[in-house]
Amino acid sequence: MSVVSKSGPVQSARSSELAVQCRQIVKEFGVGETKTVALRGVDLDVLPGQMTLLVGQSGCGKTTLISIIAGLLNATSGSLSVLGEDLINMSGSNLVRFRQKNIGFVFQQYNLLPTLNAIENAAVPLIIAGQPRRQAFEAAKKILTLVGLGSRMHLLPNQLSGGQQQRVAIARALVHEPRLLVCDEPTAALDAHSGQTVMELLRKVALQPDRAVIVVTHDNRVFNFGDTIIHMDDGVVSKVEVPDRSSNGHNDSMH
Amino acid sequence: MNWLALRMLTGDRSKYLSLILSITFATLLMSQQVSIFMGIVTRSASQIIDVRDADIWVMDNKVRYIDEAPYLPSNELQRVRGVPGVEWAVRFHKSNMTARLPDGNFRNLVVLGVDDATLVGSPREMILGELSSLSKPNAVFIDKAGYEYMWPHQPFRIGQEFQLNDRRVVLEGICKASAPFTTLPIIYTRFTEIERCLPANRNVMNYILVKPVAGRDPLEVCEAIEEQTSLMALTQDGFFWRTIDYFLGSTGIPINFGITIALGFIVGAAVAGQTFYLFTLENLKQFGALKAMGVTNARLIGMILLQASVVSGIGYGLGMGVTAIFFTFTNRIAPMAGIHLTTVAASGVGFAVLVIILLTSIFSLRKVLFLEPAVVFRG
Repeated sequence: MSVVSKSGPVQSARSSELAVQCRQIVKEFGVGETKTVALRGVDLDVLPGQMTLLVGQSGCGKTTLISIIAGLLNATSGSLSVLGEDLINMSGSNLVRFRQKNIGFVFQQYNLLPTLNAIENAAVPLIIAGQPRRQAFEAAKKILTLVGLGSRMHLLPNQLSGGQQQRVAIARALVHEPRLLVCDEPTAALDAHSGQTVMELLRKVALQPDRAVIVVTHDNRVFNFGDTIIHMDDGVVSKVEVPDRSSNGHNDSMH
Repeated sequence: MNWLALRMLTGDRSKYLSLILSITFATLLMSQQVSIFMGIVTRSASQIIDVRDADIWVMDNKVRYIDEAPYLPSNELQRVRGVPGVEWAVRFHKSNMTARLPDGNFRNLVVLGVDDATLVGSPREMILGELSSLSKPNAVFIDKAGYEYMWPHQPFRIGQEFQLNDRRVVLEGICKASAPFTTLPIIYTRFTEIERCLPANRNVMNYILVKPVAGRDPLEVCEAIEEQTSLMALTQDGFFWRTIDYFLGSTGIPINFGITIALGFIVGAAVAGQTFYLFTLENLKQFGALKAMGVTNARLIGMILLQASVVSGIGYGLGMGVTAIFFTFTNRIAPMAGIHLTTVAASGVGFAVLVIILLTSIFSLRKVLFLEPAVVFRG
């Protein structure tokens, strides 16, 4: 495992090749005496075709950073380019359309719609995008088969295990083929085995040459799945690691 | 997105049914109470709307409602007939009397005395007997509900005799009539029979029914009558509303019904509002996820309004259906006869349900619209 830099940009690729480029991102909440600084000038580069892990203790700013990168939260200052688009200066409606088209989300608590079965849940992003239901369901079936839920696609979330629900969530995040996948603690609610399976699935199914995957986690059992591990501490990037993946025992295939 | 909104709504059957039932209950309570209220209030003036031959009612200028008109001297009839614009004018009597039945029982009655020559003010529809039979000596007609009240469980039959103020009368017909406020039997007879039954009274005419000349505005004719006779002349509609206004202003009916209707609204709004609000709260994370995935606020508003519309539409329809069934059955009971679901009640309650569902939606919408999509990243 080799440390590339202590802080700041982690890659030397040209900015046009980067999936995400953050420069001096600051995020403050509240005003006056109640003001809290969550991010204190974060510099970060994420390459497409790679899985980037964002790790650190609770309250270090990982979730705030991922929310800003995903266009869910505005930065107080700094510059941010995601997939070549300047998100800081993007209007609200354009930002919504940008998220709809380009970003897939995997949440810690899955956030599946409890009244929809696996197919319907997985098809939601396509339906939001205005695709006819039949086509959306067909695409959802394909991706559910890909994540190993071919035989359980008609079940409701409460009829699935935690790991299976997270697989549905991954299928939902990928069904519209986004170029950036943002995963927030995808293994936190799962046991060790299910967590490993989900991470393997993310590497196998989600990683594409033109797609970047950012995973926020504090589960050190899954650190070996990352191409880049960005450590955060007190609102700044404290360390960037690029593990030697040829020796970590994982061959990017599902176990 | 409509599909998604409806699946979210109908997927949780228990909440979906709770929402519909709360609106159904509110609709039922409000529409039923509004209809009964309207029916009872209309009954206070039902004898006015039952007279369809004359357009104008003339009476003492202090009359506040139909049941308290003092008798007028008979020469007032000639004075009214002399007013320009009056086509014809006839006598009309309304009072309460007591009937003594052959078995010794007695019943209070509403007695209407119509003009002997023209029978203006007589019933429009006969159930048994001929209208011309009213011209027979001692003849009276009775309304259907009154017959059932005076001779319960007996088939319709004419020829029965009883006494009105110790004077013998003969039942010559059974007719239809709007139920009065007090649900007493309504007796129709000729004016001369009234004079026979009330010999002690110097005057027995408390109303003069007037037909204006064709083409003349009834309001203008009313003004002319008032100017020339110092009596009060009202159009049928004007007298109807004067009577209604008296009952609304002088009785506890509007307050009682108003409280029940308001309770129906409040309970319906509270139950529906709370259930819908809880439904939204429980789905807040999901709404946040949808926002994160690119659903705009406008589409979320559309989804919530669609959910609210479906719930209110079905609940309103069911509530109205139950109300209609209720009145279909209760209409067969004499005290409830003539009280039915009115268009005003249906549209008014529809508006109230709309207000309930809008209020309900506003609270839910506030929660969703101000929801930060980043909330989905908070475990």
